[in-house]
Amino acid sequence: MLEIRNLHARITGTETEIIRGLNLTVKAGEVAAIMGPNGSGKSTLSYILAGRSDYEVTDGDILYNGESILELEPSERAAKGIFLAFQYPVEIPGVATMQFLKVAMNEQRKARGEDELKTPEFIRLVKEAAGDLKIDPEMLKRPLNVGFSGGEKKRAEILQMKLLAPKLCVLDETDSGLDIDALKIVSDGVNALRSPDRAVIVITHYQRLLEYIVPDSVHVLYKGQVIKSGDKDLALELEADGYAQIIEAAA
Amino acid sequence: MDMQTKPTHTLAEQAIIDGFLARVGDFPGDASVTSARDRLVSEFRAGGLPTRRMEAWHYTDLKAQMKIVPNMDTGLVDAARPLVGASTVLPVLQGSANAPQAVEGCEIWPFMDMLASGDAAKLLRTRGDDDVIGRLNGAFVTDGFCLEVADDTVIADIIELQAVQNGGQAHTRFPASFGQNSTATVIERHLGSHERSGFSSSISSVDLGAGAEVTWIIVQQRGDKDQHLGQLNARLGANSRLNLFIVNAGGKLIRQEIHIEVAGEGSHFNLRTINLLAGDSHTDVTLTLGHDVPNTTSSEIVRNVVLDRARGVFQGQIKVAQAAQKTDAQMACNTLLLSDDGEFAAKPELEIFADDVVCAHGATVIDIDRTQLFYLMARGISESTARGLLVNGFVDELVGELENEELVGVLETMIEQWLAAHA
Repeated sequence: MLEIRNLHARITGTETEIIRGLNLTVKAGEVAAIMGPNGSGKSTLSYILAGRSDYEVTDGDILYNGESILELEPSERAAKGIFLAFQYPVEIPGVATMQFLKVAMNEQRKARGEDELKTPEFIRLVKEAAGDLKIDPEMLKRPLNVGFSGGEKKRAEILQMKLLAPKLCVLDETDSGLDIDALKIVSDGVNALRSPDRAVIVITHYQRLLEYIVPDSVHVLYKGQVIKSGDKDLALELEADGYAQIIEAAA
Repeated sequence: MDMQTKPTHTLAEQAIIDGFLARVGDFPGDASVTSARDRLVSEFRAGGLPTRRMEAWHYTDLKAQMKIVPNMDTGLVDAARPLVGASTVLPVLQGSANAPQAVEGCEIWPFMDMLASGDAAKLLRTRGDDDVIGRLNGAFVTDGFCLEVADDTVIADIIELQAVQNGGQAHTRFPASFGQNSTATVIERHLGSHERSGFSSSISSVDLGAGAEVTWIIVQQRGDKDQHLGQLNARLGANSRLNLFIVNAGGKLIRQEIHIEVAGEGSHFNLRTINLLAGDSHTDVTLTLGHDVPNTTSSEIVRNVVLDRARGVFQGQIKVAQAAQKTDAQMACNTLLLSDDGEFAAKPELEIFADDVVCAHGATVIDIDRTQLFYLMARGISESTARGLLVNGFVDELVGELENEELVGVLETMIEQWLAAHA
């Protein structure tokens, strides 16, 4: 589903290279965890997948279902099924969450040549998904992410993911700022989305999240490269020994 | 040396004077009103339209900007449907008030009656030398509505004062008094046409008794050839609250003055203004706010969306008298400048004579936030739709503060339609 080939990328307009020859393949149905120390390029990778213009790709390619996405706008990538759950969801004052959800769902349907959702159908879908995530309907009347607690923001991200039903989900440190109950709810939400035609990339610092969302593969990112890949046991190894040994071994 | 200088008038000034002379016999009013009108016109003849040399008009040089003044002929117009479903509409069509509907707890009568009886004569005066709106409106006013809400009365339905004009001139007044502990919501709506150019002035005087709570909403949707001079004067009694909400979404040349006396202890003045500016329009909102007694608060937020070659002005003057200890006044003016050719001038002015007060003002000019834009686009929303959402959100944030949900919906739709048509 996703194939990243020898990717090099830097902050737009600077010489600061952050991704330095990264290779990664994620298959449909796979849950891949990306771990790594601070500053290894994890969040940058997620932004590049989503198409943020603050970063420019200088070499290599990103293939999604065999097709390069580098020239696509963020909205086009989303319409093709790529979803980034933000580490820091952005506050949008003046735009009610419900209004935003409706616009996002309908824009994606429009881009795929489907009919717009009728309002009752839309409300039913949102209510159902919000209930599963224990989201208070009152919260959805408020402006998007404004005044939401850390946990509410993350749950709102997973709600969007459920409603937009993407094919490639990228979760950027979704566990940060969550207490154990919220972590459980969010993980259940992600696990419910696991399916043979969907891939999930879980970016995290800690092994803890991977107890709830058990990955098929684990990749260690360091200085903009994948320096080691393995199965879920690799995450346990990292938890026990830290990154130093692996970094040393790769050097 | 005694020298007699005859002022030279611009075309617009001459047209105003000629228009007055042509209709002088037709204006309503008794002898005292007629003499007040004559006095105001002779003041205008001597002073003319203000220029940028007059401080209050520094950013709106009427003498230079008013090129033409349409003549006094009156076109025919119909009243519009109310902005909000459950409203009592009081139409003033082309400067002439319809017979008012009854509203329980509120006395309503046409301003023309006050002109005819002479009761209006004392109102036909200026606030000062620079009060060109008071001078012109006082000379030309033909009608309007007077409202008097009784003490301890809650007016449940919205009262909509609806000034509709299709070219020509219209000059209206809306004096309103709200009794002690009364509650009411009034919409002052100005509608124009896009076919003919119109010139209008309108003065509202709002008096809040002790404990009164009033929401007053000015919705200005004049035509794109219209010149409109508006003024709202308000006085707040003890523990009263005035929520003033202004939306400017039309007109070629607009000046809306707001003069507030926070005169009773424990009172609060709240101003929210949305200026939607496009084309080659010029829109000026000028506020003078006096905190005259201790323990009063005010909050003013002005949000501007500027497109095309539009120009906007906000002058906000807050005066805190020496006696007005514990005043809390917060003023902000935020502009979303979406065109390289548009401009917005913000001039905050604080004059504080008391020492134990909290006063703050801030002005910002911003573009669309790129992080917000990316976030929306990452959800599959196209760039143009995402920009539209963010611009809407920038001003809807203020609309959302209103309590009447239907009114919130109506204003949000109005703003959305304006942005869809202009952005």
